Amino acid sequence: MPYDLSRYDGFDPARYREESPFKIHGGCGLMGLCDESGALMSGEEAILAMAVQRDRGNGLGGGYAGYGIYPEFADHFCFHMMYHDLKAKEEAEAILDQHFLIEVAEPMPTRPVKGITDAPLLWRYFMTPHQHILDEREQSAEDYVVSVVMLVNSRVDGAFVASSGKNMGAFKGVGFPEEIGHYFRLEEYAGHTWVAHNRFPTNTPGWWGGAHPFTLLDWSIVHNGEISSYGINSRYLEQFGYTCSLGTDTEVAAYLFDLLLRRHKLPVSLACKALAAPLWDEIDRMPEDEAALMRSLRAVYGPGMLNGPFAIVLGFNGGMVALNDRIKLRPLVAARCGSKLMVASEESAIRTVLPDPDEVWTPKAGEPVIGRVKGMDWPIHGDLHLGAAQISCAVTAVEPACDAEEVTV
Amino acid sequence: MMTKAATVAPPAGVIEGYRQQAPSVTRDGDVVTVDATGIYYQQLNDAIRDEVSGGAKRIVLNGVNGQRYVGCGLRVSGVKLEVNGCAGNDLAMFTDGAEIEVFGNAQDGVGNTMSSGRVVVHGDAGDVLGYGMRGGNVYVKGDVGYRVGIHMKAYEKNIPVLVCGGKARDFFGEYMAGGMLVLLGINTRDAAQRIAGGFLGAGMHGGVIYIRGTVESWQVGAEVGVTEADEDAMAELRPIIEDYAGAMGMDAAEILSQPFTRIVPMSHRPYAKLYASM
Repeated sequence: MPYDLSRYDGFDPARYREESPFKIHGGCGLMGLCDESGALMSGEEAILAMAVQRDRGNGLGGGYAGYGIYPEFADHFCFHMMYHDLKAKEEAEAILDQHFLIEVAEPMPTRPVKGITDAPLLWRYFMTPHQHILDEREQSAEDYVVSVVMLVNSRVDGAFVASSGKNMGAFKGVGFPEEIGHYFRLEEYAGHTWVAHNRFPTNTPGWWGGAHPFTLLDWSIVHNGEISSYGINSRYLEQFGYTCSLGTDTEVAAYLFDLLLRRHKLPVSLACKALAAPLWDEIDRMPEDEAALMRSLRAVYGPGMLNGPFAIVLGFNGGMVALNDRIKLRPLVAARCGSKLMVASEESAIRTVLPDPDEVWTPKAGEPVIGRVKGMDWPIHGDLHLGAAQISCAVTAVEPACDAEEVTV
Repeated sequence: MMTKAATVAPPAGVIEGYRQQAPSVTRDGDVVTVDATGIYYQQLNDAIRDEVSGGAKRIVLNGVNGQRYVGCGLRVSGVKLEVNGCAGNDLAMFTDGAEIEVFGNAQDGVGNTMSSGRVVVHGDAGDVLGYGMRGGNVYVKGDVGYRVGIHMKAYEKNIPVLVCGGKARDFFGEYMAGGMLVLLGINTRDAAQRIAGGFLGAGMHGGVIYIRGTVESWQVGAEVGVTEADEDAMAELRPIIEDYAGAMGMDAAEILSQPFTRIVPMSHRPYAKLYASM
């Protein structure tokens, strides 16, 4: 059957003339900044780092996550919510009310900023889980929160959880990152760790919920690149009770880190090796015990491996981890200045915040750069040294996070 | 309570990383000094082109931090740009004849599709350095990133030369089609690292790579041949090293005191049997 050309817009020379003077650069940009002494930094620092990387995005997504920003409510889970309408808000609040004791519910403080339009309703809640339900379900508070996040995101039409951790929050939306930062008045917050992102959407639409960071509990992920393995990763995650409902590939990275670090208790270095696995011929050249460990890791976490080009920064309460794909298909630069560790897509972003760093380097592909805030509990079992056999044990010993069917590994 | 009094205006100073306005310029004969601090790359490059048209021979750019495309497409000889700061992506892209010296590090893509001229970086350089370069010389003092010299090519007298004083990561000389890549491994921040990574000369089908020292067999594929550089090869390399040493203030004899490894493609069409009919 011939094509019905009238169905297509076709080539419009006027439109071409209108667009041709502009070059859309693109590429996505990111940064992570951690003061390992625990000293707090204004959100303005993160905005500065993103503003010089403005050309890496196209105004269709910008976002931040800050840690240590809510000391008044450090023991409460803080939900940052996005609602498309009041009906979504009512439905989501009913779920939150049913599951949590809500201490504070308030609109997010924002200010009008040129370039930011069509914002959804933005609310935040400081809450504690109902203890009697936790006891009933014999569930940890963290697993309980994960199940509520999945419930809201997948069941309530037009409601999305932007973040759900303690003493942290994600601030994201459609716009350039410096506009988003000022819209959310980030200079009024102070945190020991900040991650931020400038989006150039490629495979999925630019919408408020699809902006980075993607978060779950304390974890937040900003990502430059493309996760080609999204399909197999999301099916793998479903087995553990995670539902991917935000329509952006980065979502799987946030849930994979939650699975590997919090639930399987892998050391962060091994979790990074599971996600950015060494190539097989590289493994063959390793000493035998390390090679056995890597073969085991690749066998157990094959469906969790992130394929495709990426640079990501994982933020959490206590630090950050920056990681590249194993053949370095996206830019990442790191620097140290006193107690501050910083990573970014471009060195210029680092030098904007830290004009005279002690050292600047480019991390090797697949090797994480780790920042840890002094005195804060390491939320993950970083000191546990796993052997090949223990990896399989770690996986089989875990419980599903919520009401997914039982999985045999 | 959490909510503070609403401040309507964002704090002054930071709305965009760069200001879209002409930089301040001071002229002294044919020497021009440009304050690039916080100036957007378009206005910065406009100012550079204006000054070149106006007869400037030496343009000093102060306060550079990440502006892209500095010296892009400058088709002029006898003009030198001095970049003070961190040079942004695609420095010297399409440059045809100009000379650029960077006092600092350079980001990704230096010398992208450069035609002729000379770039000297007194620092480290990032990934895809010399991408598709087709002439001219690029000299880097320190370490370089991944995919350096990817698809460099040569035609008649246009032979690109890229010399890196430090160490390189994976895919050095990937798909290389012509020209010369030199890796010295001397000015490095990581003494423990191997001089080059894996996939060295992967898909290479033209040109030559010289590496000071040796490489392991796993680092290279079957498409290249690896030998120790002989007298003829060293005769080809020596003038390049002398020029590089002069630009960096290093001792050429010291650089040349160790044997070099020479890597050349085994075939001009390494994949002919894979993709073409027999």
